[in-house]
Formats: sequence, structure tokens, C-alpha cells
Amino acid sequence: MTFAPFLIPLTALLLSLALFGVFVSLAGADALAVYHSIYRGAFGTWFSWQNTLVSAAPLMLTALCTALPARLGLIVIGGEGAVVLGGLAAALTGLALIDTNAWLALSGMALAAMLAGGLLIGLVGWLRHSRNVNETISSLLFNYISIAILSFLVIGLLRDPETLNKPSTHHIGESHMLGALGETSIHWGFAYGVIACVILWLLYKRTTFGFAVDMIGGNLRAARLSGLPVGRNIFLVCLMGGAAAGLAGMVEVAAVHGRANTSLNAGYGYEGILIAFAARHHPLAIIPMAILFGGIRAASGLMQRDHDLPDATGLVLQGMIFILLLASEAVFARLALNKGSKA
Amino acid sequence: MSGEESQWLTVLIAVLGGAIRVGTPFLFVSLGECLTEKSGRINLGLEGNLIMGAMAGYGVAWITGSAWLGVLAAGATGVVLGFVHALLCQQPRVNDIAVGIALMILGTGLAFFIGKPLIQPTAPHLPALHLGAWSDNPALRAALEINALFIVGVLLAPAMAWFFKSSRWGLAIRTVGESDDAARAMGLNVNGVRMLATMAGGFLAGVGGAFLSLYYPGGWSEGLSSGQGLMAVALVIFARWDPMRCLYASLLFGGAGALGPSLQAVGVTSGYYLFNAAPYVLTLILMIAASSTKVRSGMPGSLAAR
Repeated sequence: MTFAPFLIPLTALLLSLALFGVFVSLAGADALAVYHSIYRGAFGTWFSWQNTLVSAAPLMLTALCTALPARLGLIVIGGEGAVVLGGLAAALTGLALIDTNAWLALSGMALAAMLAGGLLIGLVGWLRHSRNVNETISSLLFNYISIAILSFLVIGLLRDPETLNKPSTHHIGESHMLGALGETSIHWGFAYGVIACVILWLLYKRTTFGFAVDMIGGNLRAARLSGLPVGRNIFLVCLMGGAAAGLAGMVEVAAVHGRANTSLNAGYGYEGILIAFAARHHPLAIIPMAILFGGIRAASGLMQRDHDLPDATGLVLQGMIFILLLASEAVFARLALNKGSKA
Repeated sequence: MSGEESQWLTVLIAVLGGAIRVGTPFLFVSLGECLTEKSGRINLGLEGNLIMGAMAGYGVAWITGSAWLGVLAAGATGVVLGFVHALLCQQPRVNDIAVGIALMILGTGLAFFIGKPLIQPTAPHLPALHLGAWSDNPALRAALEINALFIVGVLLAPAMAWFFKSSRWGLAIRTVGESDDAARAMGLNVNGVRMLATMAGGFLAGVGGAFLSLYYPGGWSEGLSSGQGLMAVALVIFARWDPMRCLYASLLFGGAGALGPSLQAVGVTSGYYLFNAAPYVLTLILMIAASSTKVRSGMPGSLAAR
């Protein structure tokens, strides 16, 4: 079954596109034309490619927030909260360093964002280990709490009075914004995402730390008996996952909005969960999956406009892909089991 | 009575009324989740059931003109989603949490997609009982307008407790939840029992959704649910898988959720968003307090084993 890691997502994708086609046909749209719009909006031109890669940047980082702890057998869904807190911390640091140079300000923002997101998910891991608090539920609750903190602060204490329609913090300064890669409109956040995925892959693949993580995920008792610092490793893995999602918040503030506001709560965290599962929690596989889903995100506007479909159309497609992904995972597992029993 | 005192009384009454009104969807979803989890499976997708239920309930009530038919339709969509959840979860190597998140995304997406034309029309509301008619305090009368579904939920909680404790089917569900092997030894169909429990749990969550659109806050919009379906999962944990405690916890959550708007009504607006977060903070604190490294009392064995 060496092809399974590629075949499973591919089968699921084709099946869900077929199902989605039936669905939009029932809603009165021309399925083939809808496919064409998705392709055109996501990968059809260099312009749409750039949009796709910009959308993929935060998705790679939030996917790591679910994928890293998954190797320990934990299901963390707190990426959204880590993005929000990371973005908030980045904006605050950017404002504090507004009189310094851009390099210092951006480094400070990135560090603060990673620390905020990392500590949040680190806390989730610590609560799981020391108090046996279910990590899925606690990380979910932290999402809501983080969004409430952000809304509270940008409406009151930190509000720039000039932001009328969407209460936001003050601007971090145009000269301190995260720049583009060369002549493109793709910002550096995309590079951050790719680099983070590669580094974390190397960490898992090539170091004793990665081996220890796989051992804890594979057999907790054996890991304990062989004297591994289980609690510390759980905390560190969650810290790294949270730091990645926090960095996504920094990228959104420093490269897109220039301020922290409720636009940070744009569902990147939840989509990251889906991408992590689609990539089977493999850091390198996250890169193409994030680009694929970034493409769907980038194309959804065009798809809705061209065919007069509701905003939720993209969400329906995501849900179908996720369900069929899990279903094809199951079918392949069945095939593998049957093969095993015959041999 | 001084002005300030009567203000606080108004807040208190509003929180009381809110506990009942805001707590009803929690009650139905948590009872549904309790039923599913007793059989040894977690359904995180009940948020999707809730939103689908709200949409389907509103749509059917609008088309047929009967709010109760809407409630039934909402339950039926919950049964369908529960069936999909159970069907996927009983396959090898499929994680029930992942299936739950997937169904949450799909259910929400489908509800928003299909429900788009339902934002304008007005559907009939569920009837309410005016239990505050004896009082001449308008705030108290508003607080005691009890919806019929709440009463159904209040009766359902002890019924479910009895069902688990004393009925043959309740015993079957508890056995399956405790240990697959013990259940098989008794000749029970483990996957079949779990499927029925998940479908019935889905039904209840759908009914909870119908309450949202057909009574309070009422109407159909994309912002109708604020995560009640997900919070119900946490609620079940600190209700320690006991239907009666689910009832008390739902009222507590409802009251906590009503705190922000009630304070806003008397002019305390500064911490609105923080008060809105009160139920989430409360859940977290209770989860931390109720947890330990030991297995929690009341937890189904199959859930504790992982």
C-alpha cells in the first residue's frame, strides 16, 4: 500500500468534485462551468496562482497546529484561537516598536505572535497531560475565549477611533508591513509557511525528539517505561503547533490588514484541521494540500459571482471533501485488512 | 426599593428567564450527546445537526404552517446526520472526532446553502405557556414565558435517566459503552447499538436547533448558533454522563449566556464581549476542576480507554 498516501486524497478529491457537481446541478447551476470557474479562479492564470498562494500561507501554518499534536495522538482544534491571539500579540508588538526599524519590528511581531499562540496550545497540552482535560474540547473553548478577548480589546481599550465600520487597533505603519516575494504579489508569509513545514518535517524525521514523539504517540506506556519525559514533550509539541498558528496571525496582520481586528477570525484555523487530516498529519504533504485548499478559497468568490451561488458553496465543497476523505481512508483500510487476511 | 436595587433585580430576572430560554437548546443537544456518548462514541458534529435542524425546522414550519412539523423535520435531519456519523465511525481506522468536525463543516455549509431563501419569510413560532400571568411585573412575566419544548426537555431528562438505569435497552447501551468485548459476549450488536444511539442523539440535537429558529432567538440567519452544539459536548463531560445533571448544567449555561445581554439591558456595556465568553470560561474551569489523572466517575469505559 505504498501508494495509499497519494491515492486516498486523490480518490476523495475526485469523488467529492463529482458529488459537488451533482449538488450544484440540483441548485440549478451548470456543473462543468462551475468546475471551470474553480480552475480559473484557483490555478488558471498567474494572477489567480498568486491569490491561491497568498491564501495558502496561513493555511499551512494552521494545519501544523493540528498535525503536530496528532503525532502524539492528540486532536487539537485550537488553531483559530492561536491565530487570533497571535495576530493580537503581533499588532501590539508592532505598535510598541513603531519607532524602530522594520526588521526589528517584524522580528518582534513574529516572536510575540509565536509566543502567544504557542503558550495557548501549550496550555492545552499541559492541561491534557496533568489534569486529563480533553484537548479537543479545551482547545475549542479557547477559540471562543480568544475571539471574545480580541473583540473586547479592539472595541474598547485598543481601538483606533478612525476605524468606524470595523473596530481595529491602530495601524502598525506601512513601512513595517511584511513585503512581497520579488516582483509578485505573494507576501513573505508563504515562505514562512513552507519553511515551517520543512523544518518541522526534518525535526520529526531526523532527530531523537521526533522519534520520542512518535513513540509517545505509538505507545504511551512504553514511552513512560523507557523514561521519556512525556509531559515535557507533549507541552513542546503543542507549543510548536500553537506557535505556527500564532505566526499565521502575525502574517495576516503584518502582510494583509496592518491592524488586528475580527478579520483574524476568518476560519483559517478550522480549515487547517481539514488540511492536516488531508495531509495525514505529514508536514511536507501539508504544503500541496494547503495550496489546493487555498485555491478553493481563492476561487470561491469567482464561483459564486459567475453562477449566482450562495456564499456557503465553498463550505459545502470543503465538507464533502472532508467526509469523503475519511470514507476513502476507511475503504483503503478495509482493502488492506482483506489483503492481510488472505496472505 | 431603591433604583439600583431594582436594576439588579431586573438583571436577576433576565438571567433566570435566559437560563430557561438560552438553556433549552443546550438541554436537547446535551441529552443527545449524553445518549451517544453512553454508547461509547463522541459526536462532535452535533453543531452541524443543530444548524441543519434550525434551518430544516424553519423551512418546514414555513411551508406547512405548522411549527411542530418543523420540529419533527429538524429531528429527522439530525437522524440522517447521525446515521452518516455512525456509518463512518464503524469503519476501521476512522476517528470519531474527525468525522464530527467534518459533519460540522458539511452540516453548516448545507444549512447555509439551502437556507439562503429562508432569511426573509416568517414561519409560525412554537407556542409558549404564560406561567407568569399572576405577576404584574412585566420583566418577570417575560421571563416566565415558558416554551412547550422546554417542558418536553425537562420531562425527557428524568425519563432518560430511568431509561439508562432500569430498561433493557438502556442496559444494552451502557454495556456497549463500557466494553465492546462484554457487549459481544452478551450477544449485542455493538455497531448496531451505537448507530441507534447516535441517530437518536442526532434527533434530539436537531430538535434543539428547531428551538433556535422557531422560538428563541427565532428566525433563520447564519449567525443563529454560536457554538451551542460544540459546547454541549463539554457540558456532558462535567455533567458526568448523567441526564439529570445535564438538565442542571444546561440551565447554568443558559444563565451564564444570558448574563452579557442582561447587563447590557441595564446599561452595563463595557464588558459585553467578556460576559459573552462567560459560558466558555465556566466550562473550562469546570472541566479542569472535574478532571484528574484518574478516570472520571460516570465516564463510559470505551471513552476512557483511549
